[in-house]
Amino acid sequence: MGKRMFSALVGVALLAMSSSASLAQAADQRLSMAINPEPATLILGLNLQAPTQTIGGKIYEGLIVFDKALDPQPSLAESWEISADGKTYTFNLQENVKWHDGAPFSSADVAFSLGTMLPQTHPIARTTLAVIDTIETPDDDTVVITLKNPFNAFLTALAMNTAPMMPKHIYEGTDYAANPANETPIGTGPFKLKEWKKGEYILLERNSDYWQADRPHLDEILFRVIPDEAARSIALENGDVQVTSFSDIEYVDVERFRSNDNFEVTYEGYEFFSPLMWIEINHRVGPLGDKRYRQALMYALDRNFIADAIWFGSAKPATGPISSTMKYYSADVPEYPYDPAKAEQLLDEMGLTPDASGVRHRVKLLGLPYGTTFVRTGEYIKQALSKVGIEVTLESVDRGTWAQRVAAWDYELTLDFVYQLGHPAIGIHRTYSSSNIRNVLFSNTMGYSNPEVDTLFDEATVETDQARLQETYTKAQQVLVDDVPLAWLIEIKFPTIHAKTVEGLVTTAHGVNGSFADVQIAE
Amino acid sequence: MKHSPFGFVASSSKTLAGTCLLAGLVVIALAAPVISPNDPWDMVGRPFTPPLSDGFLLGSDTLGRDILSGIIHGSRVSLFVGLAATVAALAIGLVVGGVAGFFSGRVDNALMRLTEIFQTIPSFVLAIMLVAVFQPSLASTITAIAVVSWPPIARLARAEFLAKRNLEYVSAAVSAGRPGWDIALREILPNALPPIIVMASLGVATAILLESAISFLGLGDPNLASWGYMIGVGRTVIRQAWWMSVFPGLAIMVAVLAINLLGEGLNDAISPSQRGGAKA
Repeated sequence: MGKRMFSALVGVALLAMSSSASLAQAADQRLSMAINPEPATLILGLNLQAPTQTIGGKIYEGLIVFDKALDPQPSLAESWEISADGKTYTFNLQENVKWHDGAPFSSADVAFSLGTMLPQTHPIARTTLAVIDTIETPDDDTVVITLKNPFNAFLTALAMNTAPMMPKHIYEGTDYAANPANETPIGTGPFKLKEWKKGEYILLERNSDYWQADRPHLDEILFRVIPDEAARSIALENGDVQVTSFSDIEYVDVERFRSNDNFEVTYEGYEFFSPLMWIEINHRVGPLGDKRYRQALMYALDRNFIADAIWFGSAKPATGPISSTMKYYSADVPEYPYDPAKAEQLLDEMGLTPDASGVRHRVKLLGLPYGTTFVRTGEYIKQALSKVGIEVTLESVDRGTWAQRVAAWDYELTLDFVYQLGHPAIGIHRTYSSSNIRNVLFSNTMGYSNPEVDTLFDEATVETDQARLQETYTKAQQVLVDDVPLAWLIEIKFPTIHAKTVEGLVTTAHGVNGSFADVQIAE
Repeated sequence: MKHSPFGFVASSSKTLAGTCLLAGLVVIALAAPVISPNDPWDMVGRPFTPPLSDGFLLGSDTLGRDILSGIIHGSRVSLFVGLAATVAALAIGLVVGGVAGFFSGRVDNALMRLTEIFQTIPSFVLAIMLVAVFQPSLASTITAIAVVSWPPIARLARAEFLAKRNLEYVSAAVSAGRPGWDIALREILPNALPPIIVMASLGVATAILLESAISFLGLGDPNLASWGYMIGVGRTVIRQAWWMSVFPGLAIMVAVLAINLLGEGLNDAISPSQRGGAKA
């Protein structure tokens, strides 16, 4: 019966593809890409879900874009200067930029987006832009922003996904979420929305008034909604889509495309996200608050096995709170090799000795409902921990329940993966700062508190000297890795798979969420 | 029944085959911890080891777990769920159907409309929804299967009670002044039971299939290895490793076949009209 449902799903997906396949020859330079799930909206200022970013990233732009080394590069801001005290940022905007409806883009839009709209509507900007004291617009092409205190991640807070520029003439004074214009996104990006057939596809077309000369190369981009993994794999194989990204393709299938000469597999383009997967540990639950217990977890798990056998190489063992793809990463931290004997020794020291059935401690692991790979990871953890006498009961719940229980601190152990968002001050501090122990997802829900870490993070936030900043972050990583507030497992390496004929696809740290202005299809 | 159990088992080749297969499965399920080479969750070898490799008769799965051990331990889950869910469904069905048939009239009307509500909802979808709502666990799987399986039993029980309540021996009991519940339990029920038992025995097979489907979709108890779960794990890699899905699939097939053979044998033995018909 399950099989029948599955093949019915494939059938529906194939049907959806064939009905839009007739569009395929209309334009010369057309790219088609799989998208899943279908986004709820394309308005990047209101929604941050992955598919919204992928499609919205072609429609909207930020002031800054980040290269693969996570260094800031010009986007809508042509250039910028930062005052010596790190508090005043002066941006010179690109000239001749127009919104998709023809209205000119100016410093007033920047002031409106950063000062008025995004702090109310955008999940990240709400926090990061609170540092802004004043925004001045001396002329149409200049914006001067003064911060309340130095914040060295400020440029990272101005990227396409952290602070997309929204049109003032459309949103000013309206109810942002209910604005009828949300059906027809108006941005400054190289592509604009042409057609959205719900459940089937989203079609973008070239913005012929784009501010970069001779860009974009593509005439159209077609995003095909394909909810089934197997159907996406088939669509990529037979050319119905030319690009897949994130977890579109089962990790076990990636090897098949890698060995196929018609396809290219790249792990680049996810540096801004740098997803890190870990076991979050609720410090309020009995022995879990003890550092030795948490270190025992690290020793008891073979992170190489998780990366190779469960994630089929689309992952790399994590060494600490900052991914190796991020700036300020340090490898100079305590190591936790796979060593079950050491784990047992630590548990012995704590007085958690085995009972008659060999069990030292019973604990519940709340699974992350993001598909089979996460389920397998949970099963591995259960098995590996049983070897050192920790009996794990797996709890499987739906996404809503998972989010609700983690936010309510109602768990013992849970799997989680979190994006690091380009800069530790934006994507990493939030997990470990004691000031961020809140009943909100992706905050310090585990209840970890270490004054030394808090102080180091506070120093890092305002430090403007890069060398000293690296030193501070290295120290913070050493303290955290020794403390093991949570058990880091792997750095997820999402594969982007594309036909070899597609060129210029991954040029920035935003990868497939980038503007695609440089993408072209070779003859 | 005039046949001895041994006589019944030997009464036809399919009954014999079904009984032998099922007995084998029961023995495997009971002896699982002893005869299984490994713990079904233990990652004992290299992932993706093909069948007939050293130490892996049926190969290993994506995490290096022994498929044979999984199948041996999975028999416990499948048989237990099949049996428990059917017993629960039988209990609900007998009470609802028996009460409806015995009292008839308004009670019958109300209970049968209730039964129809359950019958009009696609049973698999309802079962999945129930498991999802209750959180996946062994108890929720059994409950869900029981909830979707009782209506046919209730309808059959009602028909049997309706047909028997006006027979002479019931009338005789009524004139003797015996209370209604006593008549229902001690006169009608024993006579109504045989066809219901046949239906229930076939229901065990359906319950095993339902459990497999639920586990296949990842909604089974995450702490139990069942056959459906194993196929679900193997599905994604079926191009690379057919054995991960095929062997548990065969196990399901054998179990369902055994129970169906036995159920049909029971049916032939119990209803003489069909037995005679088959011979004619």
